[in-house]
Amino acid sequence: MTERTNQPVEHAAEGAPVRASQSFTQAQMMWVGFVLPIILACVWEWAIRAGLASGRLMPPPSVLIATLRELAASGELQIHCLATLARVGAGFALGALAGTVVGALAGTSLLVRQMIDPSLQALRAVPSIAWVPLFILWMGIFETSKIALIAIGVFFPVYLGVAGAIIGIDRKLIEVGRVFRLNRWAMIRRVMLPAVMPAWVIALRSGLGLGFMFVVAAEFMGASEGLGFLLVDGQQMGKPAQILAAIITFAVLGKIADTILLLLTRPLLVWQDTVRESL
Amino acid sequence: MLRLDGLSKTYADGTEALRSVTLDLGAGEILALVGGSGCGKTTLLRLIAGLDTASSGQIKVADERVEGPHASVGIVFQEPRLLPWLSVTGNVGFGLESLPADECQNRIDHALDKVGLGTYGARWPRELSGGQQQRIAIARAFVTRPKVLLLDEPFSALDAFTRKSLHDHLLALWQETRPTILMVTHDVEEAITLADRVVVMRPHPGRLLETISVNQPRPRDVLAVGFDKVKRRVLHALDRSLQPEKQTVQASGSDEFSHWW
Repeated sequence: MTERTNQPVEHAAEGAPVRASQSFTQAQMMWVGFVLPIILACVWEWAIRAGLASGRLMPPPSVLIATLRELAASGELQIHCLATLARVGAGFALGALAGTVVGALAGTSLLVRQMIDPSLQALRAVPSIAWVPLFILWMGIFETSKIALIAIGVFFPVYLGVAGAIIGIDRKLIEVGRVFRLNRWAMIRRVMLPAVMPAWVIALRSGLGLGFMFVVAAEFMGASEGLGFLLVDGQQMGKPAQILAAIITFAVLGKIADTILLLLTRPLLVWQDTVRESL
Repeated sequence: MLRLDGLSKTYADGTEALRSVTLDLGAGEILALVGGSGCGKTTLLRLIAGLDTASSGQIKVADERVEGPHASVGIVFQEPRLLPWLSVTGNVGFGLESLPADECQNRIDHALDKVGLGTYGARWPRELSGGQQQRIAIARAFVTRPKVLLLDEPFSALDAFTRKSLHDHLLALWQETRPTILMVTHDVEEAITLADRVVVMRPHPGRLLETISVNQPRPRDVLAVGFDKVKRRVLHALDRSLQPEKQTVQASGSDEFSHWW
């Protein structure tokens, strides 16, 4: 028997560049991502200390760290982070649910797709900030309008991802289900749902990223808490270090949220050949 | 066991894929369909599997008319078509969900043993070679114990050695439950090795041209004189199936060809 499994060789056939990266462990590879920001921070710190730049509008990393420490020590950072995360969480949950349901309907029914898709595609082109005045009029200035805005941001990528994934399911796999006489529900549960799972996870990740973008627009709508408020406050009070601290916190929170989402959905995609590379 | 009666298929664009195919397969018989591209072999299998609808004619399995996917009909496709999110066990047992868990597991284990992959149950399809995946596909078709099994060139993408091994696995499984097998192949030797009868088809539109009985004891030796005789007959019929038809020549009205026949 000359048949061989792909398992032991995994990347062996993919050529020399992959073999070179195999000298690093997966944990080591994760740290590689820190190299670029650390180098940039060191260069910027050095440039300011050497007098090559003033650092007034772009404070050096040491000042940013001090600002973050101060904000954390006073408890402000935690309050703003929690406020932002609560809004993103609620908006993401609503947007992802609506996007999944509407996407599934549009993906499975040509009539529904032709009825709603053109309108949704047009609405998708509307910039997030354009909704702000309308939402304030409709829902007031408090949490409801903010969460609705974030939900809209999350909805579109999830809708597109789910509908596109359903339309793109391999006909050959559907035929396997048909040959085994699966009814409509069994076909959805046993073939269609697992088949769209990878695209759904990617859509959720895109949606989450957009949720973090939309939360800034939402928190510009007169919030008194949240990282978006910290940005506006930093601008109005002339505190660039606070603005940058808020931006860095946004980036860190976004990355953590994305990683958590990936880890939560990873068991659903363990069968995929590419799941490790996407981490 | 399987009866095709005047089966025809014309697609919406007017392409006539099959014209009046009539064929009768006995219980436990293996019949191979051979023919050039476009002779409707795969279309015929898809009609019997219930994946397409015939324009006219009927299909009967054990005297029961079949109009759609049927519990008595299984199929192995050209590609393994394993569901990548299911383990090997999950794939083999895909059609057994209605059975009790014990019975289901026994059938899966037995089928995996028969195709020589008894220890592969927990693996993912991506961890298997092409030949191993196709063996899983064969096991998946057999575990439901169909009365009629359709094979749509399942060995065509494999190397000669793996193909030979798969022939043995297929015959081992077939000897247990002896379903009627209708297989499509491009490989004349494969057809004669496995089948009781070889049917040569003619293209555009697909029709049956000639039926050749193999009448050789199994296992078959490709070097045996009897095997070679059958092979020559099949090759000759295949040659004829690719010749232009008399009616076509007549219809062209060409003087040059009108003397030819």
